Parts: sequence; structure tokens; C-alpha cells
Amino acid sequence: MRITCPHCGDRDRREFYYMGAEDYLHRPAEGAAPEAWNDYLHLRDNPAGVTRDLWYHEQGCSAWLLVTRNTVTHEILGVRAVDGEAAE
Amino acid sequence: MGFRLGKAGGYSGLRVLTEGLFGNKGWKPAWRDPAPKDSYDAVIIGGGGHGLSTAYYLARNHGLTNIAVLEKGYLGGGNVGRNTTIVRANYFLPGNSEFYSHSLKLWEGLEQDLNYNVMHSQRGLINLFHSDGQRDAFARRGNAMVNQGDDAVLLDRAGVRRMLPYLDFDNPRFPIYGGLYHPRGGTARHDAVAWGYARGADMRGVDLIQNCEVTGIDIEAGRVTGVQTSRGAIKASKVGMIVAGRSGQVAAMAGMRLPVESHVLQAFVTEGLKPVLDHVISFGMGHFYISQSDKGGLVFGGDLDFYASYAQRGNLPMVEHVMEAGMALMPMIGRARVLRSWGGIMDMTPDGSPIIDKTHVDGLFVDCGWNYGGFKAVPASGWCMAHLMATGESHEVARRFRQNRFETGHLLDEEGTGSQHNLH
Repeated sequence: MRITCPHCGDRDRREFYYMGAEDYLHRPAEGAAPEAWNDYLHLRDNPAGVTRDLWYHEQGCSAWLLVTRNTVTHEILGVRAVDGEAAE
Repeated sequence: MGFRLGKAGGYSGLRVLTEGLFGNKGWKPAWRDPAPKDSYDAVIIGGGGHGLSTAYYLARNHGLTNIAVLEKGYLGGGNVGRNTTIVRANYFLPGNSEFYSHSLKLWEGLEQDLNYNVMHSQRGLINLFHSDGQRDAFARRGNAMVNQGDDAVLLDRAGVRRMLPYLDFDNPRFPIYGGLYHPRGGTARHDAVAWGYARGADMRGVDLIQNCEVTGIDIEAGRVTGVQTSRGAIKASKVGMIVAGRSGQVAAMAGMRLPVESHVLQAFVTEGLKPVLDHVISFGMGHFYISQSDKGGLVFGGDLDFYASYAQRGNLPMVEHVMEAGMALMPMIGRARVLRSWGGIMDMTPDGSPIIDKTHVDGLFVDCGWNYGGFKAVPASGWCMAHLMATGESHEVARRFRQNRFETGHLLDEEGTGSQHNLH
């Protein structure tokens, strides 16, 4: 599996650290109810198919990336930096 | 209770002998292949190890026999048929400790109970450690195991060398300091566990229905009323969802979101070799655990591939890690050829511990989140899920496997790695 980093180009999967689903981008406000924190930290749609998840280019530019990919085929459909810059 | 001697279809040494004398013509299929009825008292979604054991214990312990197990493929075709077969009770945290202890006791009586040879082999499990800190952690874990009533022996380096002389004790990066020996740990024949439970459930009247995919869960006024399947609608006032890696999709049919992310875990087996590994061994400085099957193949596995996946096949970086770890630990296996590798889909929870619980829908129950430790839990998971479905109360050894622990913060994080699904 290879991931095209918007800054570094096409790189081996080994350069990247995987964190989890994009839910981690939607942090509840301070003082939110426990249910909101449970939703954010634990509960997942966990799709068999297209998903968006967070990867960190640990051995490259250190950017956090939002990767759109298929969990059944391992196909990478799109990559963009979490701060907005799209690949390709 | 247990098996009634003399009943037609019972297995015994005498029967093997007499069948052998008469051309083995008397063997019958081990279970029926019934068509689904219109309604049952209870329906289990998922014909894997946990689903089959739940059905078995519903019938055996609670007298509920008008039940069906619905399996979209064939019985035992998922993770119970593709795992590294390790059975152990070496957990540390209250909540996990008593549960796995209960499961190991069930394993120890399983063959007599099922009248089925599951080839449970208590060959001993040795978890190696490679630093002073790791020794302290294992000593503490061993004490917790002994306090739970199970067995643990802390071995020093010489003690490990006596048992496992073939390890690379002087590996410059990962010297072996000792090991935590769990004599009652071991392995079992994974397929036979599924088949034994299937046969036991079938003999008590449970309908095992294969090629029957659940496509919807019927809910009326907050109560479950049945399921829609590829073989028609089936009514039931109790439904158990026991589908491991597919838990997310099945729960979504009931409008639920689970604390589960599905990941792929790889395992490997070599060509058959003469007996060389007498125990189950785990490496402490990389993810690698190994045993030798009765057919002679070395069976070993590693860690997750680390990204959410339903592919049932892994990626090469983890293959490389597992092979490197194996070579660092026991260089003697370097000439063995790997025959097969495969990937199973693991239902990973944010604390690495499972869920056996009711849901927001009356009559709908869930048993999931076994991470990659589900095989050894098959007996107790079925026992406790059956108890919950029959009585409406959590079994005492599974009382901490509730979903609400994620809201209240009472996590059961055995490895202490934090709330990230792939780190357990």
C-alpha cells in the first residue's frame, strides 16, 4: 500500500502512522456531555467500503493527512492535508 | 448434564473401533441442515465460535431449544476457523481476570461436555521478558493470576533455557531475562471447537441455518420482533448479534453505533515439521507468538496491520515484522517454509476488552469486541451471553463487559495503551 502525501509525493505505507477514523477531527467543546465524548473517542461507523481516516506522515513531512480509501480493497481514493491542501 | 451415553450418534473409542470393522459406513452428518422456520424463541446472528457456543449454552444451561443460529456463509468459516488457537487465562484486570479464568475451566471440561475431541492441549504458555521492567510487570501479572486461582510460575533465564534451549538467549538487542510460565495454557483445534458446539447445539434441537444472511432487524415500539434474512423473515422476541468483525454493519441495522473499529490481523503457518516446539511461546520485544500444530506446522502470528480493514488479507510490512521477530527469537525456524498466511477481521474496541450486553432495543443483545483474543473466550462468551439472553442479567464473570463503561470511563484497558482502537 502506498499513500500520496500532498507534500512529499508517493510514499510507502511504512512511513505513515495510522490513528483512526476522521471522527478525531470533531472534538467536542469543553464541558460537553459524556455522550459527546463517547461519540468522539469510541463510537465508530466502521464502514466496509469507503472511509476517511487520519494518517500522520511520521517519517516524512510530519503532516496529518485525511485519507479517503476503501477498507475492503485497500484502494486509496484521495489524500489531503488536514489543514486543507489536496494531493493531485 | 452433559452427554447422554448410549444415544445414537455418540462418539467413543469403542465406536471408532466398531465402525472401523464395518467399513465406516455408520457415520452420519454431525448436524442437520434445516430450513428456517417462521419463528423462534431466540435467534443468534452469526455461526462462528461465539454464536455456536451461545446457542449451545442457551439449550444446555437454560433449556431454550426453540432457537436458530443464522450464518451467512458456513459454520465456523470466519475467525474461529482461522486463528492461532491459543487458550490461556493470564489476564490482570478485575473484570477480565475472572472471565478468562472461568473460560479456561470450561475448556478443561469441554471435550467431556460436548462428547467431541477439540484437541485441547495444555502444553503450557511462556511469555518471555527481556528487561528488568518487563520482569516486574510479569511478576505482578503472575501474582494476579495466582490470586485468581490460576497458575503462573516466574522463570529466570536458566529456567527458560531448560525448557526452551533453542531460543537465542544472547540476542544483542533482546536478550532473554526469563519468562512467565502458565502451565494450564495451551492450544485447541479451532475448527473442532466450532464443530463440537454446533453438534452439541443441534443435538439439543437448535436449528443451525447456513447460507442465511441477515439483512434487517425488525423493531417495533422499542422491542425487537425478528429479523429479515436472505431466506425470508423470521420472528423472534430475542435476538443476539454475535458477528465479530462485522458487528458494525449488523448493529447499524438496529440504528446502533458501536465502539468498534474492524482491523485485519495476519497469521502464518509453515510446512509440517517433526515435533520441535512443545509449548506456546510469545516474544516480549515484538509482536510474535508461536506454537506447533498437531499436523506439524508452525503456527504464528503478529500484530494488526494497524489500519481499519475488511480485506481478509494483510500487507507486507507486518509480514516482515513477524518474520524478523521470529528470527530474532528462534533462528532455528529460518529454514522452515511458510505455506500459508491469512488475515482475519478483528472487532477492535477502544480498551481492548469485549462487550456482552443488552442494547437500547428490548430483546436485542450484543456480544462483540473480542479484539484478537476471541478464541480462548469462546466457551465463557457463549456461557455469559446465554445467561444474559435467558435471564436478562449479566453473568457475574462478565458484569464489567457493559457498553456504558465507555461513557463512564470505567475502561478495561489491559495493556494500558489508551483509547485508540488499533493499539490493543
